[in-house]
Amino acid sequence: MQLREKADAGGVDKARLVEALTRVLPAGALMFEREALRPYECDGLTAFRQLPLVVALPTTEEEVAGVLKACHELGVPVVARGAGTGLSGGALPHPDGVLLSLARFTRILRLDPHARTAVVQPGVRNLAISEAAAPYDLYYAPDPSSQIACTIGGNVAENAGGVHCLKYGLTVHNVMRVRGLTIEGEAVEFGSEAPDAPGCDLLAVMIGSEGMLAVVTEVTVRLTPKPQFAQCVLAAFDDVVRAGEAVAAIIAAGIIPAGLEMMDQPATAAVEQFVHAGYPLDAKAILLCESDGTPEEVAEEIGRMRAVLAASGATDIRVSHDEAERLKFWAGRKAAFPAAGRLSPDYYCMDGTIPRKHVGPLLEAIQGMEQKYGLRCINVFHAGDGNMHPLILFDANQAGELERAEAFGAEILELCVALGGTVTGEHGVGIEKINQMCSQFSRAELEMFERVKAAFDPAGLLNPGKVIPTLNRCAEYGRLRVSGGRIPHPELPRF
Amino acid sequence: MSELVRQWQERVRAAAADGESLQLRGGGTKDFYGRRVSGTVLDTRAHRGVSAYEPTELVVSARAGTPLAELEQLLADRGQMLAFEPPHFGAAATVGGCVAAGLSGPRRLAAGPLRDYVLGVTVMDGRGEVLRFGGQVMKNVAGYDVSRLFAGSLGVFGILLEVSLKVLPVPFAERSLRFDCGESDAIRRLNDWGGQPLPLSASFWYGGVLTVRLSGAAAAVQAASAKLGGEPCDEAEAARFWLAVREQACAPLAQETAQPGGPTQPLWRIAVPSAAPALELTGRQCIEWGGGLRWLRTELPAQAVRERAHALGGHASLFAGGDRESEVFHPLPQASMAIHRRLKQAFDPAGVFNPGRLQDGL
Repeated sequence: MQLREKADAGGVDKARLVEALTRVLPAGALMFEREALRPYECDGLTAFRQLPLVVALPTTEEEVAGVLKACHELGVPVVARGAGTGLSGGALPHPDGVLLSLARFTRILRLDPHARTAVVQPGVRNLAISEAAAPYDLYYAPDPSSQIACTIGGNVAENAGGVHCLKYGLTVHNVMRVRGLTIEGEAVEFGSEAPDAPGCDLLAVMIGSEGMLAVVTEVTVRLTPKPQFAQCVLAAFDDVVRAGEAVAAIIAAGIIPAGLEMMDQPATAAVEQFVHAGYPLDAKAILLCESDGTPEEVAEEIGRMRAVLAASGATDIRVSHDEAERLKFWAGRKAAFPAAGRLSPDYYCMDGTIPRKHVGPLLEAIQGMEQKYGLRCINVFHAGDGNMHPLILFDANQAGELERAEAFGAEILELCVALGGTVTGEHGVGIEKINQMCSQFSRAELEMFERVKAAFDPAGLLNPGKVIPTLNRCAEYGRLRVSGGRIPHPELPRF
Repeated sequence: MSELVRQWQERVRAAAADGESLQLRGGGTKDFYGRRVSGTVLDTRAHRGVSAYEPTELVVSARAGTPLAELEQLLADRGQMLAFEPPHFGAAATVGGCVAAGLSGPRRLAAGPLRDYVLGVTVMDGRGEVLRFGGQVMKNVAGYDVSRLFAGSLGVFGILLEVSLKVLPVPFAERSLRFDCGESDAIRRLNDWGGQPLPLSASFWYGGVLTVRLSGAAAAVQAASAKLGGEPCDEAEAARFWLAVREQACAPLAQETAQPGGPTQPLWRIAVPSAAPALELTGRQCIEWGGGLRWLRTELPAQAVRERAHALGGHASLFAGGDRESEVFHPLPQASMAIHRRLKQAFDPAGVFNPGRLQDGL
């Protein structure tokens, strides 16, 4: 979707803007020729594309402050961007604005193995932190599937999770401090390297705020001792509802697995075709349940997991014997998105989260919707936290399929909200789910989000038009659309 | 909406119109905390009851006036707990007061602070609007994280009506160990251990004795205990000990007076990076959270305590006692204070709720 494309934008004098930014940025840090802007026209959500007026690539906090001050003075919107791997269009440029790339902020400023903290610049890749901490047997726990490319600044903006967040938490649980700049170019410290911080918990508000409150220039993360050992249980079920009940039984038994993932039969069939993970193809659903820790701890926990899964009616239980087998179990799960891409020219990925007890009923409802809309849907998800990723398969070249897929997705997300859940568990609202916010929040709540934004950004210039829908937008729904071969970062796993 | 909530709505709207202040209060067990406030008391205790609890969801939702002890008993009956071990400071403590105060106990070392467990809130703002933020699921990135903003806000943004909290299973096994060691040695050891995959769930150092608690799978506790050495504590005694730490019923946290009814020394809560060196301030001190929390009973002037905390990369609050008319929390930098003021304006434009409890001007 092309939102708008023009050389000069209404209300903003591009020449004046370029002049002002040239004064605060060194040579090579400002781009305004159309072809140079092209790589920035979208993030991981390619269905929405938009060229910014200019792209700024500062290297120092002072330069970022200069850009922000200039934009504040001229009333120009600013959209911050990390690696551009986000799946909800949070980094979609503003047609009249500056796209502020933090890609050059790639330094790890300090790593203190004794205090288990690292101070990093926002453009440092998620995995690079764990790599730097590895010699001390430490790592940064949140592991979004894009971790080889996504940056910590983007993780802060989206409150990124990963397959291990049931046990190890999300970004909000692992970031101690964020230094940011307001749109006025003023530095603010959120959180601290000590427990808590004076005043209210503005750090929690900053995390997951999708670049709408301040621009992140430095982050202190907590490092976690690396578990010595991990093992994975693969359990098969002849019924999806029973598999959902097994998830509840594991939690009821007092176990917090390091990862607890579920795939339905169409999903296992799809991945087995080209990963050969050895999944039982006759099972209606499979669970992957991982334990990590010291070898003694894992042995005890795996024993407990096995017992619960057996009592829950698993038809087949396998425990990984070595690291190669554990990775093989996971390979299938991690191949689910690419498998969807092979099955179908296009697919939609949903990100609703629901209370675990509704997993079975939601899957059954989705089966019914497949009939209703005449489209297939395969289901993979983070069962431990009830975070569902239904992948609706369609072909945009067949008349009406796109519309049916959109309606299908809308019905799933509305059901998630009706079941006491949320429209997005980890991908963010961005531009993609902005209209669906209307089904989850009341008018008064949306107005309060506006006021919270204004408390940080009174001028309303940081990433305007994202996350919070205007009330008259609340009629339509947008969807993540991924078309085969057109996704950016095709090398990244997506799970 | 219940009749009670409707009454509060009218009460809040009338207060806003008349320029009246309301002092939000549950059981009053944390009246000592924060700055002294005036205003008509709005007692939240009638709005009580657990509205949803399913152990397999690891979530409990309770109305703000629910007694904290009642909630914890309900969880204990199902082998679960509030992992942040909130202090009660009295039998009357409520869930709402617990979240508004934002205080965590010894287990924060492993489990993280209270705010990590806040999944959703229903609140009433200063316009009398009932608003819901967050929800009852573990992962939720729809909109700003307003729920956690309310945790530890001391009621300055609005009335907590209901909260949803993540709960965790009670550990399968626990064991506490004691070591004789000095302050610097304790700080060093705790940080060394923190960097290893050990199931440490609490630590307390005072008067040359370091006590640590291990929690988790029986095999893990056994292995860690063998590795660390130290002197194992009797199980029942250890449980009493950690409860006393949590409730500040042991020295030097317990209020002690030279004579009954006499003045007590101010108690400072000094949060520092866990590996920060010894405080070197006069007074009686104890250390929690792997070195990150230093409690100090001292008559030193506020400025001296704050300067030292700041120099160590931390911050200091006058937790109990002392002058509660002036600022008791660490002063906020100007840019942060400006955001706080605008947030207060956003939620409570007429300044009805607990004015000044957190900071003058909020």
